[in-house]
Amino acid sequence: MANINLASEGGVVNSAPEADSHEFDATKTRTQGQLVLRRFLRHRLAMVSLGVFVFLVLFAFVGPFIWTYDYEDVTSKSYQPMSGTHPLGTTQVGKDMLALLMRGTGYSLQIALIVAALATAIGVTFGALAGYLRGFVDAALMRLVDLLLIIPQIAVAAIVVKGFSGSWYVVALVLAAFAWMQIARITRGETLSLAQREFVEAARACGASTPRIIFKHLVPNMIGSITVNATLAIAAAVLTEAALSFLGLGVQPPDTSLGVIVLENYGQFLNRPWLFWGPFIVLVSLSLAVNFIGDGLRDAFDPRQTKVRA
Amino acid sequence: MIRYIIRRLLISIPILIIGSFACYVLVATAGNPLAEMRFRPGVTDADIRAAEATLGLDKPVIVRYWNWLTDFLSGDWGQSIALGQAKTAVFPAVTDALWTTGRLVIGAELLALTLGVSVGVLAAVRQYSIFDYLATSTAFLMFSMPIFCVAVIVKNYGIQFNNVLESMGLDRWLTTAGPRPGGFSGSFGEVVFKYTGTFLLPTVALMLISFAAYSRFERASMLEILHSDFVRTARAKGISQSRVIFRHAFRNALIPVATLFSLNFGAVLSGAIITETVFGWAGMGTLLVNSVRQFDPPMLMGWLAVTATLIVLFNLIADVVYGILDPRIRLG
Repeated sequence: MANINLASEGGVVNSAPEADSHEFDATKTRTQGQLVLRRFLRHRLAMVSLGVFVFLVLFAFVGPFIWTYDYEDVTSKSYQPMSGTHPLGTTQVGKDMLALLMRGTGYSLQIALIVAALATAIGVTFGALAGYLRGFVDAALMRLVDLLLIIPQIAVAAIVVKGFSGSWYVVALVLAAFAWMQIARITRGETLSLAQREFVEAARACGASTPRIIFKHLVPNMIGSITVNATLAIAAAVLTEAALSFLGLGVQPPDTSLGVIVLENYGQFLNRPWLFWGPFIVLVSLSLAVNFIGDGLRDAFDPRQTKVRA
Repeated sequence: MIRYIIRRLLISIPILIIGSFACYVLVATAGNPLAEMRFRPGVTDADIRAAEATLGLDKPVIVRYWNWLTDFLSGDWGQSIALGQAKTAVFPAVTDALWTTGRLVIGAELLALTLGVSVGVLAAVRQYSIFDYLATSTAFLMFSMPIFCVAVIVKNYGIQFNNVLESMGLDRWLTTAGPRPGGFSGSFGEVVFKYTGTFLLPTVALMLISFAAYSRFERASMLEILHSDFVRTARAKGISQSRVIFRHAFRNALIPVATLFSLNFGAVLSGAIITETVFGWAGMGTLLVNSVRQFDPPMLMGWLAVTATLIVLFNLIADVVYGILDPRIRLG
């Protein structure tokens, strides 16, 4: 195992393959990316979770083409129990729960993925800039983070969604505006230490511009923690979006998301439990799966980390 | 220490002022509180302009913010301008809501902290035992759980528990629809009975979520410290196991949890908002949701100002607690 440790702890991405070839002459040389991929593929829980995640994505985006009912279809049958035609029953207005769940999962996924992508892009750029340039930029960024931390996200999201109509991309933008700080802090911390390394100095001596150093030299070396935190941001966004929609302050009907479905049906918990447990199971398996994938990625990127979660 | 606290408080003043200005601009641009008035029959343009003038809405945002800030600091938090609210004063509304939420949150957080820390320590000390696996997986599950679902589940099992009690000929114990107005009365036993019945379910719902984060953090930091050199030295000196764990490791392992506790305040607040909504408590959550729905800027500003100040205070408390827990961090 020693060679694997050595290879992936090497700071610069491309220096890995030569390091492990001489110890075991029979083994193939692998880049760090291949090593990470192998470790991730061998992480059983993460692979199961990846399966669940892929299933949910297919369920949300391919399902509506296969399933007979549309989420907008209003049948005359209110509160049908579970049956062959309506596997998860119907809601009060007679909408098919399975079709609603497909649409809701799709929206929740769409919002969560956009939030995570935006938050990661903003967070990495700001964090790396602050950590690399230090001084004024750094101070300004940290004050901005302080400022955003004192204003409760839920209140701002509620006000903005109310003021600028509850379209799903408005919800996504607001959530992203509050999700990037964590990633920015982590990136900043890593940049602070990476920027002291020789390869950065060498790049600067060669006359590389600041953007080039940040995006070609620093970011590839932080790809592990960036990926892990982007994944965890997806899980957080799924839950935040659901919570906002549950309060009636997120996605607005007639559009639907998992939070909206729970809000509309949780009153039926005692009489028609399937109307609650259906969306509940989808929501929990989505957030659990993404969290487990994040965990698997963390272990894959960091060989020192044991298999047991921290 | 006192100098440090004063300096921190002074630094937070500009942050709070800028934050409140940002909030004010946000609230002012998000909507027009008089929008609904236009649709009512018999309302003329002159009426609307008169209403704008009395509310000061005809002035620029900066002027309005300045007026709000000076009024706010002198104790005049304004009145609700939502329709049908009979011009409720903001100050008592916000403080009442805060008191309701505070009673709920403080209890739940203290419980979550105690339970989370003890479970985390136990899981770390007995690493890879059945208890550890159980605790870790429960924490991971709760961590990925939407809080409103937890609240809904807890509430409905509470109702079923009540039904069981009733069928046994007993009183319904657990309250699932908000605290009774007017406080609790009766003999001491009755008060305790009603009090626990009212608080138990929302507290449990709120606690479960925070508990997950605390136990995960405590376990991780405790494990790290149990494997550090100074703990090995302490063991090598022949110090008893309990003394090593509690005097050497535990105190150090509390530091990351203290960070989490302070930074978690926003999350706890939104958790409380959701729990309150499910259980029908008239706290900060209900106040926020109603003020947003009816679009009530004075109430929203009062709400934001109070929560922002609380968050700043919490961060300060956390930093002071650091100094107590970790003598290496010198404040001053």
